[in-house]
Amino acid sequence: MKTLIILLFTVMFASALVAQNASERGLEIAQKAEEADLGFGSSTVELKMTLKNKNGQVSERSLFTKTLELIEDGDKSLIIFNSPRDVKGTSTLTYTHKVGADDQWLYLPSIKRVKRISSNNKSGPFVGSEFAYEDLSSPEIEKYTYRFLEENGDLLLVEQDPVDPKSGYTRRIVSYNKNLGYRIEQIEFYDRKNALLKTLTYSDYKLYKEKFWRASTMRMVNHQTNKETILNFNNYNFEANLTDDDFSQVALQRAGK
Amino acid sequence: MKVCLIQIQMMNKALSFVLVSLFFCCGLNSQAQNKLVHHDFELELKGEYRYFYNDAAFDGQHDHFPSFAIQPEYYVDWNNGNESFNVRGFFRVDKDDARTHFDIREFYYLKANNNWELSIGAKKVFWGVTESNHLVDIINQTDQVESFDGEEKLGQPMVQFSWIVQNIGTFDFFYLPYHRKRTFGGEKARLRFPILIDKDFIGYESGAKQWHQDFAVRWKHYFGIFDVGFSHFYGNGREPVFSFNSDGTINAFYPVINQTGLDFQITHDAFLWKLESIYRTSDALNFFAMAAGLEYTFSNIDGNGLDIGLLTEYNYDERDELALSSLQNDLFIGSRIAFNDTQDTSILFGGIVDLDSNSKVFSLEGSRRFGNSWTAQVEARILKEIDQSELILSNFKQDSFLRVSISKFF
Repeated sequence: MKTLIILLFTVMFASALVAQNASERGLEIAQKAEEADLGFGSSTVELKMTLKNKNGQVSERSLFTKTLELIEDGDKSLIIFNSPRDVKGTSTLTYTHKVGADDQWLYLPSIKRVKRISSNNKSGPFVGSEFAYEDLSSPEIEKYTYRFLEENGDLLLVEQDPVDPKSGYTRRIVSYNKNLGYRIEQIEFYDRKNALLKTLTYSDYKLYKEKFWRASTMRMVNHQTNKETILNFNNYNFEANLTDDDFSQVALQRAGK
Repeated sequence: MKVCLIQIQMMNKALSFVLVSLFFCCGLNSQAQNKLVHHDFELELKGEYRYFYNDAAFDGQHDHFPSFAIQPEYYVDWNNGNESFNVRGFFRVDKDDARTHFDIREFYYLKANNNWELSIGAKKVFWGVTESNHLVDIINQTDQVESFDGEEKLGQPMVQFSWIVQNIGTFDFFYLPYHRKRTFGGEKARLRFPILIDKDFIGYESGAKQWHQDFAVRWKHYFGIFDVGFSHFYGNGREPVFSFNSDGTINAFYPVINQTGLDFQITHDAFLWKLESIYRTSDALNFFAMAAGLEYTFSNIDGNGLDIGLLTEYNYDERDELALSSLQNDLFIGSRIAFNDTQDTSILFGGIVDLDSNSKVFSLEGSRRFGNSWTAQVEARILKEIDQSELILSNFKQDSFLRVSISKFF
């Protein structure tokens, strides 16, 4: 009996150790991925968004995105719609925070109004696409807890559980490429019922400034609705030298015309 | 053989010339990137039909109003987008002669430089946070004949200087050299008074008339979840002051006013708490007005993107029945439904009830995109149990209407 108890304790201790190691290793991988992308400063990119419904009908949007890297706090970003024509100039300004709710403003060019909006809606779709708002916000380490799953060739699979209870997911499984700057190759999203909801695949990677990997194509497939959204990134510019001045509410209005 | 060789040599030369030219062009292009000029032209064509389904209250008023509008827009920017020239025109043809109008909504040059921005020309500026009433918003004259909710504005000539100070906020300074008068509906129009108001007959308190030099300043900033704006305007009022004579005639003029405004919003989780307040002084009248309320959004409730927002706002205006908006002691309750589908389908509906007289105005606005370049809108405004004591609104009690419009964008 005594032996059994000792054995049981040993097993529990060992598994706790493994669990701790798994979470430490998972966090470590996410940190390495973040470190690999440190120092990009600022960037701009053109984005074409193609939405396909289950019957294959297609609608398109084109956007322009500006990003400013911040070290102490989350990044700042400005997204400007170019099409469809009726929403041309509609823009959002987001100050991401590592902890707590993001600050977000929306500019409506038809009535020239800047509106502070709630960033509470994490799980809702971004402009009718298969991307939720939380899929497009800047990836901050503090937003998840981590668990290393397995190593598969070059790929390191890490389970990430969102800290925010308003997230639409129980977990995501992220595949990092350990030989190529810990760039992400794929993410699987599991819904609140822990069923596989979506798969996001990154492809056509390009290396910028000999350091920063950026996928030219991101494809999000919803397994439950058979809808999909493809993002095509064009003309990445890491030489824009943007500053805080490019992310003010005045700049938001100017960008949207 | 020799001829052939020469031909090849010539071809080679031609090819290298093409290649060199291409290289030169590319090189030039990348050098000229900072001086790149972007420009864009956009055109919206809008067909509209308004139907007033109740019998007209006054002689000469019509029920059906087919209408057509054109809105061309052009901008050109250079110097990395830090300088631009923007033009937006608007032209409407309507059965109501007063609603047939042309306006230069925008015609301005803009220069931005890190922490400041300068605009010179005709422009539109919006201030405020609430939905049912826009008290603080005063820079532009309302295009009264264009929309029921007063959100359409006339282009305002101005010099605007914005100065952004890190951690202190944005300061906006306005010089407004020319005042634009409000247009009121013509004889065929609904939503008018029994006596036609010709805008040329509304005068000014100031001897300088429309050339009275107006000024405004606004400070705007945010602290965490708080957004705050504080503004002051001095000049010709945008709203005329009316007085009604016993013989039914109307006296009206634009007073010189001072208006101090506050707009404030707290954004906390899915709650938006909003407050707008003004104090306006003039020789004719001093008064206080406010609008305050909240908006709460249940987001993605079906896991498919459906958002339902609930709004309520209380409006107070010390002018009482003289308030042109008729929002002197009124409660607004409404809901905003956004489907977040690929067609951006959305609906806003609600009602405003007067807490004194029990008069009610119900509204519904919906919009949806078709294809990539068409949109359709519907609007309904239903006036119910309008009390005779409502000095302004009682004239419109027969003027409930339905509106449909279809826009094509080029």
